[in-house]
Amino acid sequence: MSAFTPGEITAIALSLKVAVVAAVVSLPFGVACGWLLARREFPGKALFDAVLLLPLVMPPVVTGYVLLIMFGNQGVIGAWLREYLGVQFAFRWTGAALACAIMGFPLMVRAIRLSIEATDRRLEAAAATLGAAPWRVFFTITLPLAWPGLVAGAVLAFAKALGEFGATITFVSNIPGQTQTLSAAIYGLLQVPGAEAGIWRLTAVAFVISLLALLLSEWLVRRQRVRNEH
Amino acid sequence: MLSLDIELRRGDYRRQVRIEDAARVVALVGPSGAGKTSVLNAIAGLLRPWAGRIAIDGRVLFDSQAGIDLPAHRRRIGYVFQDARLFPHLDVRANLRYGRHGGGEEARFSFDDIVALLGIEGLLARRPRHLSGGEAQRVAIGRALLAQPAILLLDEPLSALDRARREELIPYLQRVRDEIRLPMLYVSHREDEVRRIADAVHTMDL
Repeated sequence: MSAFTPGEITAIALSLKVAVVAAVVSLPFGVACGWLLARREFPGKALFDAVLLLPLVMPPVVTGYVLLIMFGNQGVIGAWLREYLGVQFAFRWTGAALACAIMGFPLMVRAIRLSIEATDRRLEAAAATLGAAPWRVFFTITLPLAWPGLVAGAVLAFAKALGEFGATITFVSNIPGQTQTLSAAIYGLLQVPGAEAGIWRLTAVAFVISLLALLLSEWLVRRQRVRNEH
Repeated sequence: MLSLDIELRRGDYRRQVRIEDAARVVALVGPSGAGKTSVLNAIAGLLRPWAGRIAIDGRVLFDSQAGIDLPAHRRRIGYVFQDARLFPHLDVRANLRYGRHGGGEEARFSFDDIVALLGIEGLLARRPRHLSGGEAQRVAIGRALLAQPAILLLDEPLSALDRARREELIPYLQRVRDEIRLPMLYVSHREDEVRRIADAVHTMDL
């Protein structure tokens, strides 16, 4: 007999899927934005930076509502995506992943930007004098040296996605098996009298997953550092 | 042959530099702050001169009037920095193989020859952080040469070393000069070093 009810297992699996997809899919965008902010000057950079940070400071409900307006079935982008690409976000797990990715994005970009800023530009210059075009410098020098920041950024995004609640529930509601993540499931159980055991089980799971994610990122960063130095 | 006539400007700093020399190894000497490194950076394409023209063996790298400004990675420059600047995440072998100016042309310097010339056979599997200052500079010279450059720029390659290490590295520089017939621009502020390595001296004052 399993220690969890089928509904709980569904919520846990869905949470992991949403968090992993949110972190992995937003990583390339996070790297691109982090690199732009760290290495390029362009008009409107301050505004660009501020817009990226918005999800961190806005009430999550507002972010969720904006997503609903834009990516809902009647939304400007949502309707188009549904019509031409067959991708639907509203009331689907993909919508939960989108909301989580948006909410975690400022944290991810910040970690990546800092690590790219910390990589030695003189090494990039040396690579250029050796005949490496800018894209090769980026992939062979900048990216490997900024690796710890990428890992940290992805883990932060994953952790944020796991804990995301406000924007997700506003955007895609709380549908078991579709959009009911761990946090939403705990919230749902809190509305039911006598569900303390379930709440405790899910809380313990959230605790363990978060801890494992942090340990994993620490291990990845340390392994890369050891590789770089020996 | 190096032909350079540029004006450098930064804030209040303004300087006209003109070097036209057929000698193979030209030393650029002068006190620190005279802008010697800026001249090397301008040749390498890491710093854009205010105006002027830079050509090597008739190949124009920069010409403000003609609107020519080749990016650093197309200039075929071998640059040995004061601080070596080896890539910390790559071993010595991968550092040496990083450069790729050669393109379709036949490589002028082969890997084995350069490694033997600089005496770095035993270091190939090491990471840069496990090299002494002198070893790191030898690897940096090898890396620059294996990029098959048209000119070798050396920015005080001995200044980070103590006296014993300097004496150890000078013979390697002389071998590079004698066995590899490549134009070299050598920046230094030490007269003895210059006398032992360069054919001609160009002085930059403050």
